Amino acid sequence: MSLAKVTQVKGLALAVPGDDIDTDRIIPARFLRCVTFDGLGEHAFRDERTGPDGKERPHPMNSAQAGRIAAAKQGVMVVGFNFGCGSSREHAPQSLWRFGFTAFVGGSFAEIFFGNSTTLGVPCVTLSKDDLAECDAFVRANPDVDLSVDVEKLVVTAGTKSWSASIAASARDGLVNGKWDPIADLLDGAAAVDQCAGSLAYVVGK
Amino acid sequence: MAKTLFQKVWEAHTVRKLPNGQTQLFIGTHLIHEVTSPQAFGMLRDLGLKVKYPQRTFATVDHIVPTNELKEPYSDPIAQEMIEALRKNTQDFGIRFFDTNTGTQGIVHMVGPEQGITQPGTTIACGDSHTATHGAFGAIAFGIGTTQVRDVLATQTLALSPLKVRRIEVNGPLSPGVYAKDVILHIIRVLGVNGGIGYAYEYAGSTFDNFSLEERMTVCNMSIEGGARCGYVNPDQKTFDYIKGKPYAPTPADWDAAVARWQSFASDAGCVYDNTVKFDGAAIRPTVTWGITPGQAVFIDEKMPALESLNAADRATAEDAYKHMKLAPNTAIKGTKVDVCFLGSCTNGRISDLREVAKYLKGRKVSPSVKAIVVPGSQLTAIQAVHEGLDKIYIEAGFEWRGAGCSMCLAMNPDKLVGDQLCASSSNRNFKGRQGSQTGRTVLMSPLMVAAAAITGQVTDAREVFKV
Ligand code: SF4
Repeated sequence: MSLAKVTQVKGLALAVPGDDIDTDRIIPARFLRCVTFDGLGEHAFRDERTGPDGKERPHPMNSAQAGRIAAAKQGVMVVGFNFGCGSSREHAPQSLWRFGFTAFVGGSFAEIFFGNSTTLGVPCVTLSKDDLAECDAFVRANPDVDLSVDVEKLVVTAGTKSWSASIAASARDGLVNGKWDPIADLLDGAAAVDQCAGSLAYVVGK
Repeated sequence: MAKTLFQKVWEAHTVRKLPNGQTQLFIGTHLIHEVTSPQAFGMLRDLGLKVKYPQRTFATVDHIVPTNELKEPYSDPIAQEMIEALRKNTQDFGIRFFDTNTGTQGIVHMVGPEQGITQPGTTIACGDSHTATHGAFGAIAFGIGTTQVRDVLATQTLALSPLKVRRIEVNGPLSPGVYAKDVILHIIRVLGVNGGIGYAYEYAGSTFDNFSLEERMTVCNMSIEGGARCGYVNPDQKTFDYIKGKPYAPTPADWDAAVARWQSFASDAGCVYDNTVKFDGAAIRPTVTWGITPGQAVFIDEKMPALESLNAADRATAEDAYKHMKLAPNTAIKGTKVDVCFLGSCTNGRISDLREVAKYLKGRKVSPSVKAIVVPGSQLTAIQAVHEGLDKIYIEAGFEWRGAGCSMCLAMNPDKLVGDQLCASSSNRNFKGRQGSQTGRTVLMSPLMVAAAAITGQVTDAREVFKV
């Protein structure tokens, strides 16, 4: 399987503030009632964007900026700490990716969300607390400037600003080498898998 | 060299090192349910792949099943479509399905232990973040995403990096009216909702030695709420006794060898942990959440935190939480009016939970202002409870007695909060909107505290209500 090398992701940026934003907020459970991921994009952050009365609420995802990202199918979401915590639903990164976000910049990411995004070829990079605050402020003040996430050089840049970024080494290697979906490597190991299975009593039926 | 259980299980299941430095880890047991598996089967078909070891994947249906409607087709066509998709997928690929008509269906994290599929020294994965529940048996068990479900189906392996291990020791007896649920809520409160990121939690100490397997499951279940992808307790005689005789337990001929093998996986004396934290069990009191993350919790007789007492980051979340919960900082949570009471979920929907509450519920009545439902986590639990006459005690007290499933834990079925109703819940998540209404409010607590709330119509101290 050949996959695109994700070395740099560039696009307009949208700041979605707040820490501990859980996957229930990103995609409410009722939208998990489906047998495909198609169409999830339009429901990202649904209950934050629409009030119980069905009216739009002020939320970054309702902004013109979000609309431009959705149209371009390319963009960077700037988030806080522990983003994507809670339920393991892959529907969360799927919905944001289908909406148009192709990279995340934040303070920290919940592990399952991080893994699920990486497997979609969507990098989640982290900045230091101070840098994140600066990046967040810059993005709000300069909505027309592209934010660039360089996964190879581990740097986030916008205009003349740049901040050094981090990402788990294995995720970075996978992204830049076009191996972010591990299935090809896993299938390659089939013989070794059978050998391991044979060594485990409970697997062979004891 | 002395090793932790985590290290031993990891080594025994390591297939090889992947080119990117991660480990290809063998997943001995794979559990699936209707919500996170259909897309994975779809990807498998798209890639023209087969299920590599169909006998090592087990399926059940839990999230979408209505608990007040047992006949199909369900009135909800999407629920019907999802259950049928799972039937077709398990049939097409030769996977055992604990379907609704078998008497064994239930929440996936209850079915594994009940069937004896969950065993010490094994690796378990499931497309569900509460998979850590199975760690109560000394398994390394964790939640995975849908694409990883595909990986396990196709290869029986995952690409992973090892976790660090934090030993969490709780020692001493718990006071009357304090339960495993209070222990884990307290741990999360102290260590934080992201304190466990990058770690497996090893729960130990005399409190855990004395816990039943069901109590250990309650704690391991909520490891993810503390940020830890998996949590476990070292296996001991109680573990072996629990498994013995279950349908998928080793046969009598293999039993002694299995026990010896299981024992060999327990953490060695003198092994090195990345981190150790200790708690005094006697100091833990009944705990309730007041906010919108499981870490926002207080003892029932404490005041909720004043905003000034919090650091800047916590304060922002707290302000949001108080607004959503319609609660005031620096006041007591005790006395807050409750609209709905939910007893169930993979955290506290087991037979021991139902028994404990029933013991105190006899002769008491649910407040007329409260809607109270009890949802056994599995059909086997429901059957056992009915056999013991527990259903009658609940019904007499004014609870609705339901069929098995996840129900109001996440409200993917028709059980939902309405408007800003406040729910006293024995489940594990109090996120905004979690129980089916955007403005709905959740207060997490132990099953007995839920019962006390049902009777008084308030968040209250079960120890006083039931003279525990
Ligand atoms: S009971 Fe709740 S937490 Fe447990 S599996 Fe079901 S929805 Fe998830």
